[in-house]
Amino acid sequence: MKKNQIATFPRILTIISGLALIAVLFVPLWQIELAAPQYPEGLVLKMYPNKLGGNVEVINGLNHYIGMKTLHAENFIEFTVLPYIIVLFAAFSFLVFFVNKKKWLYTLFYSFVSFGIIAMVDFYRWNYNYGHDLDPNAPIQVPGMSYQPPILGYKQLLNFGAYSIPDTGGWIFIGVGVLLLTAVIIQFTKKTKSVYA
Amino acid sequence: MKKMFFPAVIITASILIGLAGCKPKNAGNAADGDAASRVYVPPGKYDELYNFVSGGFSGQVSVYGIPSGRLLRVIPVFSVDPEKGWGYSEETKPMLNTSHGEIPWGDQHHLDLSQTNGEIDGRWLFANENNTPRVARIDLKTFRTAEIIEIPNSAGNHSSPFITENTEYVVAGTRFSVPMDYENGDVPINSYKKNFKGTLSFISVAPTDGEMKVDFQLLLPGMNFDLSHSGKGPSSGWFFFSTYNSEQAHTLLEVNASKRDKDYILAVNWKKAAEYFKAGKGKKVPVNYAHNVYSEETHSATSTMIKETTVIDVKDFPDIVYMIPCPKSPHGCDVDPTGQYIVGSGKLAALIPVFSFDKIQKAIANKDFDGDYGGIPVIKYESALHGEVAKPGLGPLHTEFDGKGNAYTTFFISSEIVKWSLKDLKVLDRHATYYSPGHLCIPGGDTKKPYGKYLIAYNKITKDRYLPTGPELAQSAQLFDISGDKMKLLADYPSIGEPHYAQAVPAELISKNSTKIFRIDQNKHPYATLGERNSKVVREGNKVHVYMTMIRSHFSPDNIEGVKVGDEVYFHLTNLEQDWDVPHGFGVKGAINGELLVMPGETQTLKWVPLKAGIYPVYCTDFCSALHQEMQGYVRVSAKGSNVPISFSLGKNSDANDSLLAK
Repeated sequence: MKKNQIATFPRILTIISGLALIAVLFVPLWQIELAAPQYPEGLVLKMYPNKLGGNVEVINGLNHYIGMKTLHAENFIEFTVLPYIIVLFAAFSFLVFFVNKKKWLYTLFYSFVSFGIIAMVDFYRWNYNYGHDLDPNAPIQVPGMSYQPPILGYKQLLNFGAYSIPDTGGWIFIGVGVLLLTAVIIQFTKKTKSVYA
Repeated sequence: MKKMFFPAVIITASILIGLAGCKPKNAGNAADGDAASRVYVPPGKYDELYNFVSGGFSGQVSVYGIPSGRLLRVIPVFSVDPEKGWGYSEETKPMLNTSHGEIPWGDQHHLDLSQTNGEIDGRWLFANENNTPRVARIDLKTFRTAEIIEIPNSAGNHSSPFITENTEYVVAGTRFSVPMDYENGDVPINSYKKNFKGTLSFISVAPTDGEMKVDFQLLLPGMNFDLSHSGKGPSSGWFFFSTYNSEQAHTLLEVNASKRDKDYILAVNWKKAAEYFKAGKGKKVPVNYAHNVYSEETHSATSTMIKETTVIDVKDFPDIVYMIPCPKSPHGCDVDPTGQYIVGSGKLAALIPVFSFDKIQKAIANKDFDGDYGGIPVIKYESALHGEVAKPGLGPLHTEFDGKGNAYTTFFISSEIVKWSLKDLKVLDRHATYYSPGHLCIPGGDTKKPYGKYLIAYNKITKDRYLPTGPELAQSAQLFDISGDKMKLLADYPSIGEPHYAQAVPAELISKNSTKIFRIDQNKHPYATLGERNSKVVREGNKVHVYMTMIRSHFSPDNIEGVKVGDEVYFHLTNLEQDWDVPHGFGVKGAINGELLVMPGETQTLKWVPLKAGIYPVYCTDFCSALHQEMQGYVRVSAKGSNVPISFSLGKNSDANDSLLAK
C-alpha cells in the first residue's frame, strides 16, 4: 500500500457517504413540529433540500395574527442552492473513493463539517429573522415577545409549543458526518501506527 | 264522637299509607350493576359505534355515539335548518324541491346503511320521507344529504328506504293507496276499491356514485303497505313487505281495517321484476317528480323534473308477487341474518308468526295457494309457516337479530323487549322498556353479520324518565347490553324528534373516511372567489352579486356601498381556510333568511332583499378565532333611484391593511 493512499475500510465509508447524500435529495432535512390546544393532531413544517412541506398554508394563516411573514420557498435562495451543494458533496465523496488520496479524504471531511456549521448558522439566522421581523400592525402584539423557533429542541411560543429536530435527511447528514469522521480517525490511527511500526 | 273521630282518621290514614306501600314499585330505575362503567366513554376517547337515528316528524337524521349516547350531529335532510343554511342558501334550496314546489318539512321514518354482500359498507345512508314521498341518500364522508328523489304514484312513503343486499335497489312502498298520478285523481273517496292503487317502487342505486333512479314501480291493489326488508343469502332475490287494510277501508281504519283475522306479507321476486323491466315489459306512464342532486364540486344542488316512469301491473305478471296471510295488521317485516326466516308482527296479535323462505318456495312450486287477492296468488298460511312464537307479549312491532340465532322483538302494548330463539321459537328473556317501544336497533341487526353486543329501544312515551319540560317531552332511547343471556339495561337518553328505525355500525368503518375540508383548488362553484384579490361586487340590473371571501378574521370586502332598496343581493361567500374545523358563519341584519355556515374551501350564497335604506352590519356567526368578534362588515343601502355607485373595500381605514388588500 502506498503511503498516501486511503485504507480499504475508510475508502468504503466514502462511497457509502456518497450514496447516502444522494438519498438526502429526496427526503426532508429538518422539521419543526407545532402543538397547541386547538391543534391536538399537531402541525408540522418540513424543510426539504428544495422546498417546504407539511402544513405550510395553515402555519402561514396562523402567523398573520402575530405579524410573521408568510413562508414561501421561492423567497429562499437556500432551496435553489442546497440540492447542488448536496450533489457536489456526493460527487466529492465518490471522487475521494476513486482518487484514493488521504489528503482528499481529510479535505472532504473538513469541508463537510464546515458546511454543516454554516448551514446551521444560516438556519439560525433564518429563524431569527422570521421570529423578530414582525408586522408592527399585527393583531396580536405581546411586548417583548419574539417568535424565533429553536434550531434544535423545544420552545413555547404563545399557545404553540415548537419542537425542532432533524428529519430523515438531517439524520442521514449527521450519519454521513459520523462515517467520514470514522474514516478520518481510522486513517489517522493507521498513519500513527505506521510511524512506530 | 270527636274522640272516636281522630283514631278513625289515624287508622284509615295508616291503612291508606300501608296500601300505598304495597303498590308495585316502578322497576324503571333498575339499571344493572356495572352499567355506569359500560357506557362511560372518558373525555377525549371515541365511542365504539355510530348510531344513525331517524328524526320522525323532525325530518332530520341524528347521529349518536354508542355506548355513551352522546349526540354527535343532526344532519338536515327533509326539513329546513336555518342554523346550517339548509333550505335557505341558494345552493341547498333545490334539494327540497318537489313536484309540489319547495317543501320546508318532512317526516323521516326509516334508515338503511348501504351494504355489500349483505354487510354494511359505510358508504351511504338512505332515509325515507313519509309525507311527500321521497328518498334521500346521505354521503357518510361528509355527513350531508347528497341526493333526494321524489317517488311518483305514491302517498305516505312508509316501507322505505330498505335496500337489497348489494344496494342494487332501495324500495319505496306506499302507505296510502291513492289514484295514480297519470290518472284522474278527482274521484269520490268511496270509490277506493275501484280507483285507489298501491305501488312498490324500485329505485336503482349506481354502484360507484350512488345516484338513484326510479327503475320501475309494481302496481298492486289498493291497501296500506307498511314495512319491508330485503331477503339475503338464499332469499337475496326477494323482498318482503307487510300490508294492512286488506279490507280496503277509506274511513275509520282503526275499526274498519282491523276486521279481518289476517292481512298479508308480500313476497316479491324483485330479480324477476327487474328482468321484466330490462326486457321492456310494463308500461311507460307520464308522471312528474323531482330528482335533486348536490355536487361537492360546485357546492350546489340541481333539481331536475322527471316526466316518465315504468309501471308493472303484477296482475299481468303472476310470478312476481305472492301473498302470505299474516295475523292482525302486520307491521314489522324482518328477515333474519341467514335469510331463511321472515318475522311478521301483527300489531294486535298475541303471537309472532315466523315464515320460512324454503317453505314459501316449496308452496309456490306446488301451487299451494288459497285463492287470490286482486289477482295475486295467496299462499296457504300453514304452508309458509316455520312456526309461531306463543304468548310473547302484547302488540309485537319490530324484530332485530344478534347473529347468534336470537331474535329481539319490541312490544308496544306490554312495553317490553322479548328475546326469543329462531330455532325453537321459545321465549328466552324479557325486559321492560320505558315506555312503549316502537323500533329497535341492534348494530348490523338487519344484515347478514350483526355486530350484536348492544340493543337500543326507541320509546314513544317518556313521561317521568327525565326532568319535565312542560307538556312537550323528548322521546327516549334505551341502551341494553345483549352480550349475555339476559338483557341488561345500561342507559336512557333523549332523542331528536320521533325516532323510528335506526342503524348502528362500528365507528372505524366510517370515521376513517370522514372529510375534513373541501379543497379550494377543486372548488368549481360558478360564484367562487378564489383568493382575496378576486373579491368584488358586481351589479347586474337589480341584482347585486357580492363575491366575498372569509378567512380568520375578516371578510373581503367588508365595506360595501351602492346597494339600493329592493335590490336582490346575493352574498357568495367563499371560505378560504384549508384547515380542519374552521367554518365561518354569515348573518345579515334584517335579512328574511337563515344564516350561512361555510366550511373550509366551500362557497355558499345568501340572498337578501333590503327593504329600507340604512347601514346593515354583517358578521361571522361561528366563533372562528381569537379575533372572531372583529370579523364583521357594513353594507350601506341607499334609497331606490339613488346615485350612490357600487363600491367595495377592505382595510381602507388603515395603511397597514392596504398591503393586505394588495396581496
